[in-house]
Amino acid sequence: MTGLEDAALLAVVAIGSAFGASALAQASWPRRSPAAAILLWQALGLAAGLASVGTLLGLALPDSTIGLVRSVLHVGTMLRAGGLFRVRDGFGAVGAMPIIVVGMRLACLAAGLALLASLCWVLVAASASALAARRRQRALLTLLAHGDPKVPGALVVDYPTAAAYCLPGLHSQIVVSVGTLELLGRGELAAVLAHERAHLRERHDLVLLPFTALRRAFPKSVTCTDAYSAVALLIEMLADDRALRARPARELVSALVRFGTASPCPAPAGTLSAGQGDVAARVTRLLQPVRPLPPAVVLAICLAAALLVTVPITVLFV
Amino acid sequence: MDVLWETDTSLTVREVSARLTQRNLAHTTVMTVLDRLAKKGFARRERDGRAWRYRPAATRETYVTELMLTALEQTGDRTAALTRFAQSVSGVEADVLRDALEVIEGSGEKDDGT
Repeated sequence: MTGLEDAALLAVVAIGSAFGASALAQASWPRRSPAAAILLWQALGLAAGLASVGTLLGLALPDSTIGLVRSVLHVGTMLRAGGLFRVRDGFGAVGAMPIIVVGMRLACLAAGLALLASLCWVLVAASASALAARRRQRALLTLLAHGDPKVPGALVVDYPTAAAYCLPGLHSQIVVSVGTLELLGRGELAAVLAHERAHLRERHDLVLLPFTALRRAFPKSVTCTDAYSAVALLIEMLADDRALRARPARELVSALVRFGTASPCPAPAGTLSAGQGDVAARVTRLLQPVRPLPPAVVLAICLAAALLVTVPITVLFV
Repeated sequence: MDVLWETDTSLTVREVSARLTQRNLAHTTVMTVLDRLAKKGFARRERDGRAWRYRPAATRETYVTELMLTALEQTGDRTAALTRFAQSVSGVEADVLRDALEVIEGSGEKDDGT
C-alpha cells in the first residue's frame, strides 16, 4: 500500500476510534463487564494515538511503498544525502516539484513527529508527577500516620472528615482518616479495605495512567476528559466487584452511602468535581446487580480490541 | 517530630532525647534522625553555640491538610492520580444514596457498628 492509502486507512481508524470513544462513554453495557470495557478503552486510546501519527506520516510520504516508519527513517538518509527532490519514492519523482507541495508534506511530517513526541512526553511526565507525588505522600505518612486495630494493614491519619484512598506502587499503602473510623462499622471498614486492596493488587493506577496523560496532552478535549472519567468509574466498579468476593454487598453499599452523604471537605474554587453521579451509579449497580455479559460477547470485545490496535501497528511497521 | 510539635520553643538534640522517654534511643540515633528531618525540610535548625536547636518547619495540621487534600485531589493539581474510595455528593445524588441506605437498613440485620 502506498503512503497515501496508509494515511486514508489510518484516518478512518483514528476518526472511528474517536466515534467509538463517544459511543462507549454513553453505552450501558460497560457496567456489566467493566474489565472488558476497560480493555476496549485502552485499545481505542492506543489505536487513536498511533493512527493519528500514522495519518500525518502517510500524508507526508504519499508515494512510499514500504512501511511508514521505514520511510520516515529513509527520509533522514535522503535529507543527509541531499537528494530531497530527486528521489522517486520519497518526496517526488525526478524533476521539479511545486514548492507548496513539498512544504505541505514537510509540515505533515513535522506534525506527525511532533504528535508522537508529545504523546510520549505526556506519558513520561504523567508517570514522573505521579511518582513524585507518591514519594511526598509516603514521607508525610511516615510522620503523621499510625496503625489501628480496626483497619489491619492500613494507616490512619488524624483528619476529621471521612476519607480513604490507596497509594499504589512498590511500597503500597491504604490510608484511612480518623473520620472514617468514626463513621463506619466494622463490616463497612472491611469492605472499604477490600475495595482498596483490589486497586493495589490489580495496579489500576497503571490502567488509568494513559488517560491521565491524554487529558494532560489535550486538556480542552471533551473526548479525552470523558474517556478519563469513564475509565475512572469503571475502575471503581471493577474494585467494587472484587470487594464483593470478600464481603457482602450490603456492607460495601452501606460504606459508599455513608461516605457519600458525609459532610464534604471544602474544595478550593476552580477544582473539578470528578464524575458527578459516580457514587450513585456504583450504589445502584450493587443494589440491583446486572448480569455480566456472556463470555462469547466478552471474547468478541477482546478480539475487536486486539484488531483495532493491530491495524495501525501493521501499517506503521510492516 | 511529635516531640518537636509538642513544644513551642526550639530544642537541642539532648532536650529531644530527654523527652523521648518511652523509647530507649541512643543519642546518636536521635541526632541522625533530626539531621535527616532537617535535610528533608520537615524541621528547621539554627546554631546555638556548638549545638543545633530544632523546631518544626510547619505545624502538624498543615502537613495533615497537605496530605489529605493532595490525596483527594482537592488542590486543583491533579497529578497524584490516587484513587479514593468515594467522594461526598450533594443534591439529587445524595437523596438517591439516602434512599438506598433505607432500603438496606430496612431489609434485615443492621450492620454491627463499633
